Amino acid sequence: MFCVSSAIVISAEKVEYLKTDWTFKGLFGKFDRASLQRGYQVYTEVCAACHSMKYLSYRNLSEKGGPEFSVAQAKAIAASFEVTDGPNADGEMFQRPGKLSDKFVMPYENVKAAEAANGGAYPPDMSVLVKARGGGVDYIYSLLQGYEEAPSGMILDDGVHYNKYMYGNKIKMSAPLSDEIIEYSDGTKASVEQMSKDVTTFLMWAAEPSLEARHQMGFKAIVYLIILTVLVYFSMKRIWSRVKSEV
Amino acid sequence: MSDHEYTPKSKAGKWFNDRLPLLTLANHLTDYPTPKNLNYWWTFGGILTFCLITQIVTGLVLAMHYIAHADMAFESVEHIMRDVNYGWLIRYIHANGASMFFLAVYIHIFRSLFYGSYKSPREIIWIIGIIIYLLMMAAAFMGYVLPWGQMSFWGATVITNLFSAIPLVGEGVVTWLWGGYSVDNPTLTRFFTLHYLIPFLILGLVVLHIWALHVPGNNNPVGIDVKKPSKDTVPFHPYIVIKDGFALLMFMIVFAFFVFYAPNILGHADNYIEANPLVTPAHIVPEWYLLPFYAILRSVPDKLLGVVAMLSAILILAVLPWLDTSKIRSAVFRPLYKQFYWILVADVLILGYVGAMPAEGLYLLIARVATAYYFLHFLVILPVLGLKERTIPLPLSITEPVLGGSPNMAMAKKKESKIE
Repeated sequence: MFCVSSAIVISAEKVEYLKTDWTFKGLFGKFDRASLQRGYQVYTEVCAACHSMKYLSYRNLSEKGGPEFSVAQAKAIAASFEVTDGPNADGEMFQRPGKLSDKFVMPYENVKAAEAANGGAYPPDMSVLVKARGGGVDYIYSLLQGYEEAPSGMILDDGVHYNKYMYGNKIKMSAPLSDEIIEYSDGTKASVEQMSKDVTTFLMWAAEPSLEARHQMGFKAIVYLIILTVLVYFSMKRIWSRVKSEV
Repeated sequence: MSDHEYTPKSKAGKWFNDRLPLLTLANHLTDYPTPKNLNYWWTFGGILTFCLITQIVTGLVLAMHYIAHADMAFESVEHIMRDVNYGWLIRYIHANGASMFFLAVYIHIFRSLFYGSYKSPREIIWIIGIIIYLLMMAAAFMGYVLPWGQMSFWGATVITNLFSAIPLVGEGVVTWLWGGYSVDNPTLTRFFTLHYLIPFLILGLVVLHIWALHVPGNNNPVGIDVKKPSKDTVPFHPYIVIKDGFALLMFMIVFAFFVFYAPNILGHADNYIEANPLVTPAHIVPEWYLLPFYAILRSVPDKLLGVVAMLSAILILAVLPWLDTSKIRSAVFRPLYKQFYWILVADVLILGYVGAMPAEGLYLLIARVATAYYFLHFLVILPVLGLKERTIPLPLSITEPVLGGSPNMAMAKKKESKIE
């Protein structure tokens, strides 16, 4: 007997990502310091429950071009985490408060443990996540706000959620953000949109900690090259004027 | 190659030069008579030298911090990006430098195709150039594997698997290349070694390329032989040096734009995901500069024939001096060839485009037509054209138009300016 199952039609058309004004884009783009600090708060209070950020160190939080917490603040943040160190003189591993030089503590021991705790799906490491997705910041920003009721006819397995911007529209992560899920320490209203923007800004910095230095140096380098090019152009004209020819 | 024998002025210089004639070489390089009508398409040789040296210097620094191990490569790249002083700058210059290198080499090759620089007596220069180009592709491919991201791993898997198409020994060859039964740590370490070696092979070949160039001297936009030294030529220094320098600076502005403002635009996002042998990316695509050949590979349904077609597409260039039967070098005087030249340019661009698309439906059809045309151009059009084409008469010298102009040259000039 043939059973015609209702085919799941995955919309193949390209979805337009949500847009917002990123301060770090453009020739002179810089991060919004306050947004980075709020973004760190979203990361550490929400995302960090499942997502690691293994290439970042606590010292990065106080470095120039980043959230620029004071060194004291960064030290306090580091100290709020328990880090496994060792072995000590007795050959035992031991727990101690984190230091600036420590890497961000991971929520799971390893990938397998992360998968086991998340229904078989590995919550990707967020260190370079923005650069690892085709749509970049716009994609992450949209995804965080893309949770909707699944269209009728679409069958979702247990633990699978519908997201407008996810590839194939199915995502294992449940909607991580909801209004006022956290309370911003600077008093900003924690709407989903605001939190999405802040945490995405934070992720952009995490993936490209040298972005500001790069933009600044780039401008200087290009201005320098243009001036030099103009000077060399006139030198060239002068030198070639000795020859009956055109350059 | 000046007429007079060079003697250093100082006594010490003469003593040294009698034992090792480095000063004679330096004198030859500065005095080297160059046609004075070279246009900006001729500045890419110097630009390519700059690219090679940039890649070698930045590569050396990266190699000091990079760790060629399957478990540590990805992390060590992030270490370079985050903790090494200006590591991000060095790495972005190196990564984008590869693209800039290929951009320049494609312009250089297509300049040669337009002005017939590959023809007698410059066949050896051309063939060395093709070998350099092949080595560049090998170096770029292996370099892309080193960060050990998803595209690194799967690109390496796809490309090395091509060797399995060799009859009888294919599978064995692939295992030998991998150093195991899949792309893994042994593959990474040997790719790193070869990636380090190849640039120096290229450097050696570049010396031969330039040496071979300095025997007949440069071709030029008019494509006729130039008497050297004469009123048709200028000494390399300062005339060509400053012109090459000016063009190089313009090139560097474009280069800097990519490095500082769009450092990842030419790469693939998947390569920021650490290699995972258990997860295959949705689309495995090579870097943009290899796409036309990737399209040719995929346009043939049979694996072995696909590989043969891809390799032939490159190797056919080596016999180009004999496939092109026309004695006239410059396309300026070959009105029909000029049209076919531009069709070929379009054909290669189309191949590049479909190479980035999934190999199915209309894309596959376009890829097949474009592949067929590519071979048609070299195997049929060029040999026949050289025998049948009605060419425009050549001027007597390149100075002729400068000193008053011949009707031929004036006409040619007008046509040329339209192209540029």
